[in-house]
Amino acid sequence: MSKPIVATTSLAGCFGCHMSLLDIDERILDLIELVEFNKSPIDDIKTFTKQCDIGLIEGGCCNSENIHVLKDFRKHCKILVSLGECAIMGGLPALRNGIAIKECLDEAYLNGPTVRDNDKQIVPNDDELPMLLDKVYPCHEIVKIDYYLPGCPPRADLIWNALVALVTGDEMKLPYEVIKFD
Amino acid sequence: MAMQLENIIEKYNKDKTRLMDILIDVQSEEGYISEDAIKKIAGELDISLADVKQTMSFYHFFSDKPTGKYTVYLNDSVVAYMMGRQKVKEAFEKETGIKFGEVTPDGLIGLFDTSCIGMNDQEPAALINGKVFTDLTPFRVKEIIQDIRDGKNIEEMYRSDLGEGENRNELVRSVVRNNIRRIGPVLSKDYIPGRVIKEKLTSMTPEEVIHEIKKSNIRGRGGAGFPTGLKWEFCRKAKGEKKYIFCNADEGEPGTFKDRVILTERPKLLFEGMVIAGYAVGATEGIVYIRYEYMYLKKYLESILQGARDRNLLGKNIGGIEGFNFDIRLQFGAGAYVCGEESALIESAEGKRGEPRDRPPFPVEKGYLDQPTVVNNVETLCSAVKILLNGGEWYTTLGTANSTGTKVLSISGDCRYPGVYEVEWGFSVKDILEMTGADQEDVQAVQVGGPSGTLIGPKEFNRLLCYHDLATGGSLIIIGKQHNLLKDIVTNFTQFFINESCGSCSTCRNITFQMKEKLEKILDGKGIEKDIDDLVEWGKILKVSRCGLGQTSANPIVTSIRNFRHLYDELVAGDKDFESEFDLSEAVKASCDATGRIPVLN
Repeated sequence: MSKPIVATTSLAGCFGCHMSLLDIDERILDLIELVEFNKSPIDDIKTFTKQCDIGLIEGGCCNSENIHVLKDFRKHCKILVSLGECAIMGGLPALRNGIAIKECLDEAYLNGPTVRDNDKQIVPNDDELPMLLDKVYPCHEIVKIDYYLPGCPPRADLIWNALVALVTGDEMKLPYEVIKFD
Repeated sequence: MAMQLENIIEKYNKDKTRLMDILIDVQSEEGYISEDAIKKIAGELDISLADVKQTMSFYHFFSDKPTGKYTVYLNDSVVAYMMGRQKVKEAFEKETGIKFGEVTPDGLIGLFDTSCIGMNDQEPAALINGKVFTDLTPFRVKEIIQDIRDGKNIEEMYRSDLGEGENRNELVRSVVRNNIRRIGPVLSKDYIPGRVIKEKLTSMTPEEVIHEIKKSNIRGRGGAGFPTGLKWEFCRKAKGEKKYIFCNADEGEPGTFKDRVILTERPKLLFEGMVIAGYAVGATEGIVYIRYEYMYLKKYLESILQGARDRNLLGKNIGGIEGFNFDIRLQFGAGAYVCGEESALIESAEGKRGEPRDRPPFPVEKGYLDQPTVVNNVETLCSAVKILLNGGEWYTTLGTANSTGTKVLSISGDCRYPGVYEVEWGFSVKDILEMTGADQEDVQAVQVGGPSGTLIGPKEFNRLLCYHDLATGGSLIIIGKQHNLLKDIVTNFTQFFINESCGSCSTCRNITFQMKEKLEKILDGKGIEKDIDDLVEWGKILKVSRCGLGQTSANPIVTSIRNFRHLYDELVAGDKDFESEFDLSEAVKASCDATGRIPVLN
């Protein structure tokens, strides 16, 4: 039987969840025995080359590119997992949700105390740039999400247990220590 | 004003742990707490402005703006709505010309919502300048507003006679009714104050007291059900310079009002129970933490405490026991359900935000001011007196094998005789319905244990009230078929948890909110089957919250899905496995407008 295929991405996240994935330490050797990676920052494969079994999503959606990538993941993965606070609830980026987008842009590019050398008062608007969304959305409001792994970041053991459970089909181990926050 | 503020701060010896009392007094004197007052308090107590502000902003009876010469807090609990709150609210708004959350331009009247004020058996009810007005109707509202405009004082605005019993006491003078429907060891009038102290305590060692309590098998009556004797023993054995007995009279669980009745009718029993606990664990100070809503009992309770001091039932060498010194003071809260959680209650009593602490250490080791502290429910302490009087053995003859003794229930909702019932553990829900004169054909559900408890349907009415079946802190709300269970009951309870979350754990702060949005999505007919499953799954995540509030905040939704799944299934459409309300063109519109871009949507 071929190995299950895993894809991962970081949308509006800080890569902390990916760091936590790497925190499984030497078990990463077991992991590459257990699964094959496709599109992921871990192996730097930029586009899907085949259908995958598991997609791990870090971060929520703050711009049109995030939406595009997330929908692409849904198309290519049998199971999607929201990994961490931002994917599940928007997280830190969602702090801007109470503020109008224009106000955010003005503060960042025109009026903020650290703004320098913007005499032409330009707010970046190149068509190559993704379009910002009115607010940061959790992934499950955009596509169907099958599982959620909470934490900021989720602990390495939690990610490991989840992956092993998904791959082996066994029930997941969820001791209190793995999902408590303080 | 400056003078008064100085007096208030002096009254509490510039003690920063008494910040709650200082703020309560300022709020009561001035009607709000001004920026100047905050600065002055911070300066005098030698704490930062932020320290004062964070405590102040936590409690909803503190305000940084004037709340009106007459401040109306209208209860917005489920039972208030069941009894016609909506019309009463509309009447208030119509008569005053303002919305809830506002003050009239002349500063005369302020209208505010508040969580359950412990009057579920006489709803709709409101607090007006701290005094309770019950059984409100749109007609009564018209009278009240007219009376306010005529400049009457609060008591002149009563139209009914004062309530029964001690509600008529000169120091209480309240229209609140006790509605005691069934009595037992706690509520019985057959009680001689001080007898147990004088006749029993004098001939017992603290260890013997603890032994007797353990023999009775009594467990905490607040809801969690920790064995009381064990708690006392832990505290007795804990090392500390000084030990404290706290009585938790912060009953904030919507639908609970039994402590109000006990505080009104049996305060001497309660205080005697605290003295006993103090003797048993070696404590020298007792603090009764009472919810702000019961402030109208303050003078009365203080007079009872003074009476006990005069009779040597409090103070030095109590009851002639050489070296046994113990005194009690009252500590009022200022509107926060979470303060019913014991560690949050202690934080609050120390003058801080009522945020639960991490445990361990438990309060019995490190509680109030980091000293060993017992926190017991009102009813537990009352029961302790009767246990010492009649023996632990006697107590085990009441109730069931695992749940000994009696429980004082607060019963409200759609029944003929709402009120307070003291029953032995082991009553079935069906018994309760018969006892309270509810029309069983017409009852669709009973909420056992308040919002944090369980919503059960007729199939489960034969379940028993006891720790190993339906454990309860005592609130039972009977819900008739005329109500929309999900819209009227579950949504309100979930909103209650959102309002009352202390905000410390991200789970409780966020997920409860999101669950309510999902529930509303389902109620709007936009839900899918998966939404229901999500609600159940998300409910599990809440279990990692630090305190009971967060851990149980999904219960209204989760238990209603468990027992009334068909109500949800009826609302979700077809076999779609996902339904997104997201619209990319809508979502990018604002940013494209702001930057002058033309949206590219493929």
